Amino acid sequence: MITIGSYVKPKTLEEAYELNQARSSRVMGGMMWMRLGNARVKTVIDLSGLGLDQIEETDNVIRIGAMCTLRQLEQCECLRELYGDGIRESVRHIVGVQFRNQATVGGSVFGRYGFSDVLTALLSLDTFVELYNGGTIRLSEFVKRKPDKDLLLSVIVRKSKRMFRYDSVRRTKTDFPVIACAVVTGIVNGKETWYFSVGARPMKAALLEKQWEIPLDASEEQITEYAGKAASEFTYGTNMRGSAEYRQHLAEVLLKREIRSILEEKSGTQKVSD
Amino acid sequence: MEIQFVLNGKKVTADVQPDAVLLDVVRGLGCKSVKCGCETTNCGLCTVWIDGKSSLSCSVLAARVDGHEVTTLEGVEEEAAELGRFLAAEGAEQCGFCSPGFIMNVLAMMRELENPDLDEIKEYLAGNLCRCTGYMSQLRAIQKYMEAKQTEQCMEVPA
Amino acid sequence: MSEKEQTAVNTRKTGTNTESGRCDLTKLRVVNHSVPKVDSGSLVAGKAVYTNDLAPSDCLIVKVLRSPHAHALIRGIDTEKAKAVPGIECVFTYKDCPDKRFTLAGQTYPEPSPYDRLILDQRVRFVGDAVAIVAGTSEEAVKKALKLIKVKYEVLEPVLDFRKALDNPVLVHPEDNWRSLAPVGADNKRNLCAHQESGSGDIEAVLASCDYVIDRVYHTQANQQAMMETFRAYTYADTYGRLNVVSSTQVPFHVRRILANALDIPKSKVRVIKPRIGGGFGAKQTAVCEVYPAFVTWMTGKPAKIIYTREESLIASSPRHEMEMHVRVGADKEGHIRGIDLYTLSNTGAYGEHGPTTVGLSGHKSIPLYGQAEAFRFTYDVVYTNVMSAGAYRGYGATQGIFAVESAVNELAQELGMDPTVLREMNMVREGQIMPAYYGERANSCALDRCLARAKEMIGWEEKYPCRDMGNGKVRGVGVAMAMQGSGIAGVDTGSVAIKVNDDGFYSLMVGATDMGTGCDTILTQMAAECLDCEMSDIVVHGVDTDNSPYDTGSYASSTTYVTGRAVVKTCESLRKKICERGAEYLGCSPEDVEFDGEKVLSLANGESISRKEIGNRVMCSSNEPLSASGAFSSPTSPPPFMAAIAEVEIDKETGEVEMVDYAAVVDCGTVVNPALARIQTEGGIAQGIGMSLFEDVVYSEKGKNYSNSFMQYKIPTRLDVGTIRVEFESSYEPTGPFGAKSIGEIVINTPSPAIANAIQNATGVILRDLPMTAEKVYMEMKKAEQQ
Repeated sequence: MITIGSYVKPKTLEEAYELNQARSSRVMGGMMWMRLGNARVKTVIDLSGLGLDQIEETDNVIRIGAMCTLRQLEQCECLRELYGDGIRESVRHIVGVQFRNQATVGGSVFGRYGFSDVLTALLSLDTFVELYNGGTIRLSEFVKRKPDKDLLLSVIVRKSKRMFRYDSVRRTKTDFPVIACAVVTGIVNGKETWYFSVGARPMKAALLEKQWEIPLDASEEQITEYAGKAASEFTYGTNMRGSAEYRQHLAEVLLKREIRSILEEKSGTQKVSD
Repeated sequence: MEIQFVLNGKKVTADVQPDAVLLDVVRGLGCKSVKCGCETTNCGLCTVWIDGKSSLSCSVLAARVDGHEVTTLEGVEEEAAELGRFLAAEGAEQCGFCSPGFIMNVLAMMRELENPDLDEIKEYLAGNLCRCTGYMSQLRAIQKYMEAKQTEQCMEVPA
Repeated sequence: MSEKEQTAVNTRKTGTNTESGRCDLTKLRVVNHSVPKVDSGSLVAGKAVYTNDLAPSDCLIVKVLRSPHAHALIRGIDTEKAKAVPGIECVFTYKDCPDKRFTLAGQTYPEPSPYDRLILDQRVRFVGDAVAIVAGTSEEAVKKALKLIKVKYEVLEPVLDFRKALDNPVLVHPEDNWRSLAPVGADNKRNLCAHQESGSGDIEAVLASCDYVIDRVYHTQANQQAMMETFRAYTYADTYGRLNVVSSTQVPFHVRRILANALDIPKSKVRVIKPRIGGGFGAKQTAVCEVYPAFVTWMTGKPAKIIYTREESLIASSPRHEMEMHVRVGADKEGHIRGIDLYTLSNTGAYGEHGPTTVGLSGHKSIPLYGQAEAFRFTYDVVYTNVMSAGAYRGYGATQGIFAVESAVNELAQELGMDPTVLREMNMVREGQIMPAYYGERANSCALDRCLARAKEMIGWEEKYPCRDMGNGKVRGVGVAMAMQGSGIAGVDTGSVAIKVNDDGFYSLMVGATDMGTGCDTILTQMAAECLDCEMSDIVVHGVDTDNSPYDTGSYASSTTYVTGRAVVKTCESLRKKICERGAEYLGCSPEDVEFDGEKVLSLANGESISRKEIGNRVMCSSNEPLSASGAFSSPTSPPPFMAAIAEVEIDKETGEVEMVDYAAVVDCGTVVNPALARIQTEGGIAQGIGMSLFEDVVYSEKGKNYSNSFMQYKIPTRLDVGTIRVEFESSYEPTGPFGAKSIGEIVINTPSPAIANAIQNATGVILRDLPMTAEKVYMEMKKAEQQ
């Protein structure tokens, strides 16, 4: 278990940032995973007094404060309106309500955990992170970086007309995922674009972008082929929860189902608009 | 470090280590209903409310509740006893070790969800493990408790 | 009143079974009714009733330094720096502990489990084995001291594969003072903890003449009981210089002996108290943690406490024995099962707790399910390895054996092209049959046929068997299994009970059986209230204290309802007699002329009466004999409860995911003493069985490190994982049981693994013989079948 020399709840972001520059300082989110490590932390910095616990919607973006809980994300109406039940699906299997009342979006994203559902989901959307010192950068860029001493202030999802699906396979219903897959599609720069994010491989989520024009009436074989192709571009590993071979197979199956589900919805909307 | 918070409606002051967790602090303050079952956030035995929200006290730094309200089973005795009677009627407490945390989360659910259906109840309570009962009896007890509550409310509606 | 009527009244009052027949269940007021547990009020109110709630605040905190190696010799151990940490009271190593071996198994003396342990040993035998004991005034100080102990290990090659353990050149217990007290076929120089062969008829000849022989190997993994309250105890020295131990244990009287053995002190120096327990399921039938604070208190005179972390409870505890079972089942072409041959290899791990005994149940509680077989053979070996020691877990070997035998029977049904329930209807044991593989006992009470018939109705077997394609990529299958267990250990388990009449006539019921949440304090009170014709509120009962409670072997082997229950009935009978005598004395008439109706003793001669209240009060004044009774019971037989269950599962044909849909279980536990509590026992046991079937596994690294060391990694089912569990009872009447009752506690975990395996088999054609049946295994087997 973690040992902590002192606990500080800064009044300003500046103060928090300054405190965090010391080598043995750590910013705490929900304290869910950090506590389980054996780190000796001299100063733990609690950002909960800085108003970072709000989800704000503007005309163009949804800004999720780093200290928002997973439960807030789960219950966020504006995300649901835009992207359907997928966001809720990506969060609701995580341990239990109590856990999700505590775990933070910032902690999940900053930790860049391999098992992270939240990271897998957010990565597939048009998502940015706002850093205190490093400005606003793409989440896909951020996940590749090593954790540093900057402060993560918010996660920003740019609103766009995209369709989103999320699915995972777990051994027990609230376990870490054996595999987690998100699929997003929309028109980007005038082209139909598909985003595939696969996490818990067991490595952390990675993103794949494809300018695929998948016909609405694509056959099961065609969809399977697309899914197989997407799944094959990720690497997989073996741990207690599953083998690399099984994980790749699951990724193929889930991506296939998600693509199919999106195509079905699309053709449904098209029929309605016809 | 010294912290002040409201524990079950009373202001308390405690001198805590920076890495002390709320679980140990509230037990130290006499709230022995709060149990530790796993240390890794998986079991729900240590559930208390912080500002009314169900939380795992094994994973909350005590320092963090400074200025907040903490409620344990001892703070909702009457309500807990009422639900407890339904649990006991089913035998659903069995060893009883997980009961306090479970009851806290059921009561939190009752405040948050309106007439939850079976699936919603199961999902809300998924973070409360029980090794004795196989869960079915707890669900029966909750459903009967909710029915009784509703009847009670209906009775209160003036004719 | 005619003699016949009188007999009927007596029968009702005492629950005993006179020759004229059974007790009339319809007349029971308390027994066979669902009453809340006597302690439920304080449990649901979160009262401070468990070990750690009661421990004095000045207890020294005790922790154990654990080995990072699976097998090593300690060549040097430096504790100086650790001792210098402020607040540290003591640090003990193997050099400080008696060199006299003992066992932690909670069993009747002479224990079948070998004496193979020391409190601390120079040789460490698994990752997590105890190396040093540290006690100090605060948790921080003790943790700090643990880090400062420097140990030099000579790392040895471990034995990690239990299939290679027997006669391996690496010995887990080479020491000369290793001892086996009972003739269990043990030989520490062969890594052999037990060996036996038993049988009846010529199995080879019978199998050779069978039309069909199923010949398969099954494997069951180690499982953790995972009770919510981890292992814990606190100890203190009392006024008389004795060691007092408050422990979360199922076996207080055995703990007394174990600690006396371990510390090498007289048993009279030890007192064990059991408060409320947060679950046990067999885990606490082994004295996993008590020796550490006991040793500290004995050496320092100071109170001490140990609370195992969940991690310790998962890496250094007493899980289910891993077993590999080779089954041969032979049948003729009509489906008559003619012979069963079982060889079990059991992995006891680093120490032999419950090793020689659990294995026996893998055959003796599985083979007798099939009553018609002409021959059987059951052979076993139990081996030492360098993983955590196994112990007692609900089912106690029967669970493993029933998975193997029931799965083999399901495979036989497939070979025969028969419905597996029909095959069972043809072959199952019936009431009145002699069971050769069950020590030749007769099945005096058996409603297994009714259980199976009812389970089929409940699930809708005829419509659902074998499977239904749901049309959405999912297929639902149903699968069946039967089970049995015992009711106490025949000729060994002993339950004693004392009841006294107090002022105002209330009763104190004193039992040595340990309520671990299961409700035995309640059901024993129910029985006493029934027998004494009083309300349950007229009786007080409390937890066990070895100084004050009458002797009981403890709550294990499904013994309490049956064994201690009979002791309650016996004791009540003699107490009623004594109350009559005392009442007659006060009334000035002959005991033959009175009767006791629970409230008063009435003179039949003149209609005068004296109330129980008054008797109670008069007993407290100028009395030369206390008004109390005591009795004990030990049974020459262990009547098996029976059970049939059908699982319905839904399988995702692409991912192999198995989802529990429905589970219909019907139990014959004889008369159901408390239907609500029996039902919860059953539902809970099934849920644990589902965990064993699908998720739970103790996984080791190549070097023997236990990866399943938290609830994050050792996954027990949540309420979202168990589907719907439905339980009913089809009661037989056990003539030797209290009110016709048999046991319920263990049998309930035995059906899920074979029933779920069968449901998967019926849904997909895939047969899994290795637990847990993960989605990946289902998928891989489906893929293999597709490629063939």
